This record gives sequence, C-alpha cells and structure tokens, in this order.
Amino acid sequence: MSIAIDKSKCIGCGKCHNVCPGTLIKIGEDHKAYIKYPKDCWGCTSCIKECPVHAISFYLGADIGGMGTKVHTEQKDGILHWVMEHPDGKVTEIEINPKESNKY
Amino acid sequence: MKIEKIKTDFLIIGGGTAGCYAALTASEKSDCKILICEKANIKRSGCLAAGVNALNAYIVEGRTPQDYVDYAKKDADGIVREDLLYTMSERLNAVTKRLEELGLVILKDENGNYVARGNRNLKINGENIKPLLAGAVEQLPNVTVLNRVNIIDFSVSDNRIKGAFGIGIENDTFYIIEAKAVMIATGGAAGLYKPNNPGFSRHKMWYPPFNTGAGYAMGIRHGAEMTTFEMRFIALRCKDTIAPTGTLAQGAGAKQINSLGEIYETKYGLTTSERVYGTVNENLEGRGPCYLKTEGITKEQEESLYKAYLNMAPSQTIKWIESGRIPSQYNVEIEGTEPYIVGGHTASGYWVDTKRATTINGLYAAGDVAGGCPQKYVTGALAEGEIAAVAAIDYIAEHTTQSIDEEEIHAHISEIEKFTGENKSQFTIEELEEAMQTVMDSYAGGIKTNYRFNEEQLNIADYKIQQLIELSGNLHAGDFQELMYIYELRERLTVCRSVIAHLKARHETRWHSFAENLDYPEKDDVNWRKYVNSRLENGEIKIILRDLVEEGERSYEHSN
Repeated sequence: MSIAIDKSKCIGCGKCHNVCPGTLIKIGEDHKAYIKYPKDCWGCTSCIKECPVHAISFYLGADIGGMGTKVHTEQKDGILHWVMEHPDGKVTEIEINPKESNKY
Repeated sequence: MKIEKIKTDFLIIGGGTAGCYAALTASEKSDCKILICEKANIKRSGCLAAGVNALNAYIVEGRTPQDYVDYAKKDADGIVREDLLYTMSERLNAVTKRLEELGLVILKDENGNYVARGNRNLKINGENIKPLLAGAVEQLPNVTVLNRVNIIDFSVSDNRIKGAFGIGIENDTFYIIEAKAVMIATGGAAGLYKPNNPGFSRHKMWYPPFNTGAGYAMGIRHGAEMTTFEMRFIALRCKDTIAPTGTLAQGAGAKQINSLGEIYETKYGLTTSERVYGTVNENLEGRGPCYLKTEGITKEQEESLYKAYLNMAPSQTIKWIESGRIPSQYNVEIEGTEPYIVGGHTASGYWVDTKRATTINGLYAAGDVAGGCPQKYVTGALAEGEIAAVAAIDYIAEHTTQSIDEEEIHAHISEIEKFTGENKSQFTIEELEEAMQTVMDSYAGGIKTNYRFNEEQLNIADYKIQQLIELSGNLHAGDFQELMYIYELRERLTVCRSVIAHLKARHETRWHSFAENLDYPEKDDVNWRKYVNSRLENGEIKIILRDLVEEGERSYEHSN
C-alpha cells in the first residue's frame, strides 16, 4: 500500500506534505513532492484528496494482491469521484455525494 | 537545534478524536489558554484520517445508557469499569448531535429520525469527519495548534505534572512546555507485534501505524498506574487489505463461514474475541480459510458496499474492483490482525477516576489511552474528551504553573544530542523495530503462535525486549524525524514490557485470543474477577490486583 506522485503534474503546493499523518511526503529541491518512506504509508488517501492537480494516486502492494490499478479522487460540483485507472487503460469511476450517508 | 519555551494553561497531547473534542469543550467552558501538540496535522491525524462510515456507539430509540454498559461489560467478560462506561454512555447522543451540528451527514428516515444499524450504530458519511472536527478547533480563539510537534516526555515532580517536552520534527526545535493541566490523548499502540503483511505493506494495518503507544509509555515511565494491558485487541478483518468487517457483518448481514460453507460463528460465541478465536480455530482444524458470506448480495447492495468502503477503507473497494472478485460473486476472506493495545476497543490504558484523572496529579486521559472503558469508538472518545476537559478546567482554576527545572531540561537536550551526534550504532532503527516485532510475535502471543503463549515464552520475551531497550539507547538519528522514530521505538518497547508483565500476571484465559494463556487455559471467576494493574517502581513493573468496581457504581476516586 503506497502512493505514487506524478512529478510532471505536481505543482509543488505542499498540501500533501502538510496533511500526511505520517510526515512521509517531502518537497524536494526541484520543488516537487515525493514520498520519502513509501513502506510507511497507511493508505488513508488524505494526500490524494488534497492534491489540486490529481498528481497523486495510490495502489495496493503486490504482497496484498495489488494488480497495478492507480486510484485518485476528483471533486466535481461537490461530488467526490474515485477514479481507478487499470493497467489495461480501462477506467472505473465511482461517485460519492458527500451529503448522502452510507447505507450500511 | 533551536529551543523554544512555551507557557500554557491546558496542554492537550494529541489532536485526534478525543484531543480535538477536549479543545472544543475547554474553549467553550473557559477562556484559559489551550495548546494542542500534534505529531502530524490535526486535519487528518489519528484514527479518523481516512474517515469512518458508522458511529458504533449510540443509544438508539428504546435503549438506555445502561444497556450500552451491559453490552460492553459482556463483551469484556466483566473486566470493565462501570462508572467509566456509564458516564461515557450518557453523553453519546449529545456528542453525536454536536457532530451533526459541525456538518457530519447522518442517515435519517423520512421523519427526520436517525436510521440505526442494529442496537447501537448510526450510518453516516464520515469521510470528512476529521476535517470537520479539526476545522472547528482551528476557529477557536484561545486554542493554539502546534502541528508536527511530537511530545517525547512529561515533566513530573512529586507526582504532579508540570508540562512536557517535545520535538519539532520538521523544524529541528526542542520544546519545553509548562502547563497547569495536561490531557494525554495520543491513542493506542500499533506496531508492537509483527503485522499481517510485514513486507512492503507493513503499514496496511487496522490501526494508525503512527500511534505508537507514546501516551502509555510516558505514563509508565513516570509511575502512573495502568490497567488491563493483558486484554489485547485483535481485529477480525478482510484478508490483505485489513479493512473492517463490521460493514459486511452488520450492514449486509454477512455470516462468518468456513471453507466447507458452514456458519461457525454461533459455535464459538459472538463477542469480539470469540469471533477471532473461532476463525483461528477453524483454520487450525483444517476448515480454513474463513469468509464472510457475501455471495448472492444484490447489485444494489454491492454498489453501496463499494461506497461505504471508499469512505473508510478505500483499499477494499479497489481490491474488489481490480481483482474482479466482487462481493456478490465471491465471499470475502477474513483473518485476525496482529494484537494491538487500544483502550477504545478493549480496556487497556491509564487507570483513571470517573473524571478521567490519572494517578499523576493534573494529568487527564481520554480516548484510546484511557483504560477501563472499552467499546468507545468515535463517540465514546469524544465523550471522554469532554469529561476530561471539564475536570482539567476545574483543576486549572485551582492551580498555578510550576516551572520545569533547568537540570531536567538539560538532561533531555543531552539525550537528543547523543541520538543526533556521532553515529556509533551498529543497528538501524528499522532493524530494532523488526526485532521487537519478531520477539513479540514469537514469544508473546502473536500471529505466529495463533495468539497463544505460556509463561516460559513470556519470560524469554521480557529478556529479549530488555536487550532491545538497551540497544535502542545507542541508536542514531540523521534528522529530527528519525529522532522521533527512535523515541517511538523506545515507547513501543516500554509498552511491550508492560504487556508482557500483564499477560504473565493474569493466571486464567478469560478472553480467547486476546489473552490465551496455555498454562491456564480456563476462565477462573473465583480468583480472577479482578483488574490487573501495574506501576513502574525503581525500574521494576509492580503488579497490583484490584477488586472490580461494584455493579451499578457511578463514581470512583483514586485512594492509594
């Protein structure tokens, strides 16, 4: 379980660095974010929700059955979109309205 | 290294669920100066970082706070403090209302009443529950939040707290904080035992891996009385992702089945520990793996499950979708986690009075560090934060700040200089952490031994943990973040010692898996309806057996 940061998208705003509960994300000399301790990620996805340019995605480690799908979130008109990009190029999207409660 | 000295009235260590609510309470009731020290950032720190999709402690229509007390007492087979459970339970609904006022979405029916899940739970959209709490705290005029400041020790003299010492993990600063009262709310302890997936996904665990037992360790070192560390918590979780199972069991009505398709949960009992034990036993007897039977749920249910998990443990939804083994077609495999020490689920933690005062004067405890009051969950932690804050405010009104001695300050600075000075250590922090987890796994009832242990194994564990404590004194930190890692490791080692001592002290098996003592495999109600408490005296852990607080008792004061 960890995250991947796409440096070509990162704008170096530091929001991911500020929020990470493990202090695992740093801003490098190139003013881009990077994860210094990838094995220490809890998978809470806080950084992904903060990133304004969708540069961060998370994935499951192969040791827990990960198949390479990368996931990020996008806020569109108050709806939280979970976007899962699969290795074969397909995309699964699940929308959650934050004003609606979980049914379970 | 910079040095900063701060004076405040009320120091709250840990800005998680309990800490944030304590700040809200204290700020409403008093204009005293409040300081929260948080090792991460309160926006997403603590247990609620990813969110939560239910409030598991609520008094639903037709039920009473006493019903909740009875439920928690039964689950812990009697070893609880009724006064603590009751004072928590009677506040659960008020704190829930407050959460709703802060913006939390709670499921309601057409008449505007909450929709309950079972007898004690409410369904919510809690993805943003922590930002809501943190946002409210940040607006309070008399509250200061120091993010990325990790408290490493209390300052205590004559059994009265004077403040604490901390390190700024990103600004190389040593903090000396003087306070009239302190509340500890640093959560429980993860990472004592080897986790389910010790490789790349070692931190994909049930509980925040950043909760290291700091609060317990600081209290232990200063001689605070601790309770029930032998009642470890082992969660029954979805295999690999270690995502919660309650949503499937209580939400979708999924039963625990073995590989033969037999429902086994009724065979072992339905308490939290019995559900884990049953799963372990079915595997041992060749009927594993075990599952939650989701096969056959409707597409609509499945869609709801995807969303419910994304709001709390997103990895489970990802796993379903990317593997194609979706819950309507495949049952969900389950397993027990490694053991944790966590007072919000079981009863481990500080021995407190009804007002949540610890045995150190001026030090209060709430949430997962506070013992005797299991099944707190989110709302219980809020309730305890409120109770502790009210008591601390009263204490502050009658006490003045005491200055911390220069000698004590210099001792801490020297220690930091030693850790950050020349690297003389043959071992890394990570190596010692892994060694600790291996010791606990092998000799103190970890996953490896199916959570079982005997006294001889515990003796070996104690000896090996003490060796590691000695080695940890020579570790080297390249920067202040690594310095925090050294303190975290040392905290965990301190907690391990106490866990071992407690496991050794209870000569019975009251809770399967949580404390499965092979030398004493039966429950012994005649001799062991008692609290096992402990206190560090001259470097030795002294066990104190205390009689249960009587049934129906609503208040308890420290006496000796």
